[in-house]
Amino acid sequence: MSDTAIKPTQGHRIEWGSEQQLKNVKRRYAADRRLQLFGLGAISLAVLLLGILVFSLVQTGYKSFVQTKVLVEIPLDHPSIKRDEPGKGSYRVIVRNAFRSNFPEVSGRRDLRNVDRILSSQARFIVRDYVVANPELVGQTIKIALPLSDPFDQLHKKVIPSQIAALSQREKQLFKSLQDRNVVSIENDVTVVQIDAFIDPEKVAAQDLDAGDYEGVVKEGLRSYFLNYQPSSYEPILADNAADAVKNFVQQNPGVVGQTVQVKVPVSEHYDVLNKGSEPFVTNPRFDSAKQIEQYKALNEKNLISTPFNWELFFNSDSRFPEQAGLAGAIVGSFYTLLVCFLISFPVGISAAVYLEEFAPKNRYTDLIEVNINNLAAVPSVVFGLLGLAVFLGFFGMPRSAPLVGGMVLSLMTLPTIIIATRAALKAVPPSVREAALGVGASRHQVVIHHVLPLAMPGILTGTIIGLAQALGETAPLLLIGMNAFITAAPGGILEPATALPTQIFSWADSPERGFVSRTSAAILVLLGFLVIMNAIAIFMRQRFERSW
Amino acid sequence: MISIVFSVLLILVVLGYFFGRQRALSSSGGTIGSLHSRPPYHGMYVASWVGIPSILLVLVWLTLQGPIIDMILVKSLSATKLQGLSQSQIDIIISQIKSLAAGNVFGEPDAEAREAAENYLRWQSIAQWAMFAAAVAIALAGMALTSGRISQLFRARHGVENVLNLVMIACSMIAILTTLGIILSLLIEAMRFFDRVSITEFFFGLNWEPQIPIREGQVTAGGAFGAIPVFTGTLLIAALALLVAVPTGLLSAIYLTEYANPRFRSIIKPILEILAGIPTVVYGFFAVLTVAPAMRDFGAYLGMDIAPNSAIAAGAVMGIMIIPFISSFSDDAINAVPNSMREGSYGLGATKGETITKVLLPAALPGIMGGILLATSRAIGETMIVVMAAGLIANLTANPFEAVTTVTVQIVTLLIGDTAFDNPKTLAAFALGLVLFVVTLCLNVLALRIVQKYREKYE
Repeated sequence: MSDTAIKPTQGHRIEWGSEQQLKNVKRRYAADRRLQLFGLGAISLAVLLLGILVFSLVQTGYKSFVQTKVLVEIPLDHPSIKRDEPGKGSYRVIVRNAFRSNFPEVSGRRDLRNVDRILSSQARFIVRDYVVANPELVGQTIKIALPLSDPFDQLHKKVIPSQIAALSQREKQLFKSLQDRNVVSIENDVTVVQIDAFIDPEKVAAQDLDAGDYEGVVKEGLRSYFLNYQPSSYEPILADNAADAVKNFVQQNPGVVGQTVQVKVPVSEHYDVLNKGSEPFVTNPRFDSAKQIEQYKALNEKNLISTPFNWELFFNSDSRFPEQAGLAGAIVGSFYTLLVCFLISFPVGISAAVYLEEFAPKNRYTDLIEVNINNLAAVPSVVFGLLGLAVFLGFFGMPRSAPLVGGMVLSLMTLPTIIIATRAALKAVPPSVREAALGVGASRHQVVIHHVLPLAMPGILTGTIIGLAQALGETAPLLLIGMNAFITAAPGGILEPATALPTQIFSWADSPERGFVSRTSAAILVLLGFLVIMNAIAIFMRQRFERSW
Repeated sequence: MISIVFSVLLILVVLGYFFGRQRALSSSGGTIGSLHSRPPYHGMYVASWVGIPSILLVLVWLTLQGPIIDMILVKSLSATKLQGLSQSQIDIIISQIKSLAAGNVFGEPDAEAREAAENYLRWQSIAQWAMFAAAVAIALAGMALTSGRISQLFRARHGVENVLNLVMIACSMIAILTTLGIILSLLIEAMRFFDRVSITEFFFGLNWEPQIPIREGQVTAGGAFGAIPVFTGTLLIAALALLVAVPTGLLSAIYLTEYANPRFRSIIKPILEILAGIPTVVYGFFAVLTVAPAMRDFGAYLGMDIAPNSAIAAGAVMGIMIIPFISSFSDDAINAVPNSMREGSYGLGATKGETITKVLLPAALPGIMGGILLATSRAIGETMIVVMAAGLIANLTANPFEAVTTVTVQIVTLLIGDTAFDNPKTLAAFALGLVLFVVTLCLNVLALRIVQKYREKYE
């Protein structure tokens, strides 16, 4: 087989000790080691990719397991709160005023509104629910930790900076090219750039030096340094008053009209800072004003801000506001969906598997069934979604977004897994058990129900749990039957609209707010946690209860 | 109401069981040995005849009740109200009446609508009570008929076992019913699509712009249903995925089967299988969160412009997902090569590497090919990764750095939020679904055939 072997021919002897042969052997072993190395490399790559996946999820997700909150003192003496009906009160005003009292110096509508926006807009509902739960507190002053709004939550967790670089790398490079030409200097503590300005008589009329298009002159002058660039990329270098510098110069020297003169014009603020050797920053546009950040820092210095564990992530349902969005609705929805899926697929799967393995005659019909089951296992999940949409929703008119329909669709996908696992478990029960039972006069059904099924049960349950774990992660079929709806309360039953964990992940991943990136990763970690638990149970059962015969 | 019906039936089933058992006991005259079947079988016999027909009746009734009442409702409306209305407008009127009946009043409903809503409520309660009565009657009839047959010689166990057989056969038929349901629903909706859009345009058209005006006055593109760019996009992403997965998976399998010691193998194999167990929505988010930005930065570093939803990001992540498929199929295939071939090769003086590339891989090739075909089918049918990481706009290109769309992306985006099956836009999803189903089915059948043939060769 090996083409490296040299054909032994008559009269020709191979010198195995010759240098050429030794080289040949060396080469062959090098090729062997190379293949081994490639294999090891491929495995390392796969493991590395898995590591990167888990690491990037943990890195973005762990911050969502705490929530930034601020301690607010709220006097509950507002006339609108009544002890007998604590749910009705103008909590918006109460919470707003209580929070504003941290900053007595702030006035002005806009500044006050900016103060309000440090606090989550949902804070009033938290206070309301707290008061409703403790009506005896009406009239007293409570101290309660309320969540900050998303930008400040992200700021406190250091996900986003309070200031961002004002100039991009490209803008800095452009300015660097100016510095390299030695045309940038500092005069009177202001950075200026020297340009060759052609005082175009068409732009600046000699008779009326006040009204000329000096801006055009300056831009034209700067253009000579950047002939290959778009004007929008280099014009921001000029300060707003750059044209005035030329104007002053021309007014002092009226004779220059029509000539090219060297003028020094000031550069804009950020470039000025850059030229003086520091990095220019601006307030992150996610915040309303720089003052807001100062106010947040003041709260932080007063030790009012804390980051307790984010129980809301598990006890709140979905929300448009990332700081209030939680997984309770999705977890309950997934639970109902899996419950329906289990109640259908477990008995049906076992019955089908028992029939096919123990009772079915070997003929064309049972072959057809087996081929069908094997093929169903490989049908793309989105096709099951189409089936659910057309048959369950379209034909039978079942409710949209309901866990009942989701569970039914998923059970069709789980069935092949359960049937295949059950058949394997039934096969593993030795024939001697069946023969002994038949020998003492049991009927075939009694053999299966009394002896074979109980012995096969650990294997069946293991397969079922693995099937359900797969179903828990399925997204596409649930999307098609509408289980990605925006629902702010946990479903109360299998007929109410609900979301599931994977569809919740999908809709959060689509949300534009920065806070949802972290929430999505956290939701994925929760989902993976459930999957790990289910698989661990399956592995435990396999090792603990499965017997080898 | 439904829960009441089910609980009453459940009570009747339990009653039937004890009733049957009691009757068997009393007919035995004190010596249980004189019965053909043990008393619990008599009980189960009665219970199954009480429960199964009545529950089946309730299920059939529930599926038919809604459509039939709707039909009566439409008949009851005056001809003037329905004159010149299309089916979808009639549907809107029906749903308005239903929401009126549920107590949600919007605006000022006219007298006829109020009357219809009252009628609707009345019919519904009539139907529910009728269902209740019919179910209980059937259950009681079952109890009366079967308990009359209980005697010493009655073969209750055979009866129960026959019922059990029927139930098991029915359960195994569900697989066939599901396949039939998939084929029929896809075919019917796709036929309705091809009534509106010609088959040749769909299969050979180069322009895919499915956003057509559904409501009056909506501003959209004209609508074009040439699916070629969608198919090429799917193939491009699947090819990229295989490009990542096949070398990685195959080389890992080679190392694990031939070079690794058992300890290393027992640690690494489960780790690779974790990759197959991660939900695809997680991979999709990973592509958006990490892979696509990294590729973009890398492209910017090289001076290339890579789209944020480039085919290569989606394809690479999908490749990671199918690595375990390829590696476990190749693993099985290489392991299945008889040891005699391996030893023969060693005996001739071949190195391990030569044995693998010249003996084992050619012998295992059919099995590996089967695995690759299955992985291809997986890649074509994969939905969430591409929905999150690939583009929405159909783009006829082979450039992996541009955004392309796939069949599954189109199915999901066309159907999210829309349930009206009366316009080409939503029906197009079913036509695409039919193509997807047929293609993946062919790939699966072919792959299973190859794998089976290959197994037979060495067994």
